[in-house]
Amino acid sequence: MIQVGTVLEEHIFYLDRAMLKAYADASGDQNPIHQNEEFAVSVGLPNVIAHGMFTMALVGKYVSDWAGGAAAVKEFSARFVKPVIVPADQKVDLTVSATVSEIDGNRILLTLSASSAGIKVLGMAKAVVIK
Amino acid sequence: MINPDSVGRTFAGADSVTVSQSEIDAFCAVISESNTTVAPPTFSIRISLSQYESILTQPEIGVDWTRLVHGDQKFEIFRPVVAGDVFKCSATIESLRVAAGNEIVSVRSDLHNGSELVVSSWSTLVVRA
Repeated sequence: MIQVGTVLEEHIFYLDRAMLKAYADASGDQNPIHQNEEFAVSVGLPNVIAHGMFTMALVGKYVSDWAGGAAAVKEFSARFVKPVIVPADQKVDLTVSATVSEIDGNRILLTLSASSAGIKVLGMAKAVVIK
Repeated sequence: MINPDSVGRTFAGADSVTVSQSEIDAFCAVISESNTTVAPPTFSIRISLSQYESILTQPEIGVDWTRLVHGDQKFEIFRPVVAGDVFKCSATIESLRVAAGNEIVSVRSDLHNGSELVVSSWSTLVVRA
């Protein structure tokens, strides 16, 4: 039974440098801050960071899975508050959870939460799905 | 500096961007999405960001793409994007403000297939000082 306040099961994605390269190719965003450590550090970042939109794409997968498929996702928004830092030769977590915030007929508003290494990476993250 | 006269204007992008199944497949593969019959919810950023780059970096607008950071993103998806969609693209500069020397531009992308609006999305892009 889905009702306002229902908490969805948490899911943990794991990201590594190879996935950032694959996302760069799939999205067309080849900014070197997502692939080249030397470059990332030279512009003041702690290390290579994931594309904010890659983080959002993974959260979109979480939402799609719960809603019964990508076609059920009608609205999706997020603010990129902190980067997901991806050191070489490591897998880092992206931990996602959600709460049902509103139900209007078959439209359900989810308030989403996403963190990596214990740090919140998305703010104001929400999705509207049809279920 | 971004030209303040560009605020409120809508700029035409490419007339026809055709979505291929292989593009959808590649995007799905990165997020381990096994259903490739429709594009994932954020797929259209692939089209919108490249349109923004070509439109916003024109000299009359003046965004420096090398200093760009993505602040936030919103999608309104009227129906899922599918292979074979042919999009006419436009970008509307909705607002521009300066904070701590950073230029913050809010831009909307509309993707039409013929007369059908398929996806609208909003991006806040920060051009770092």
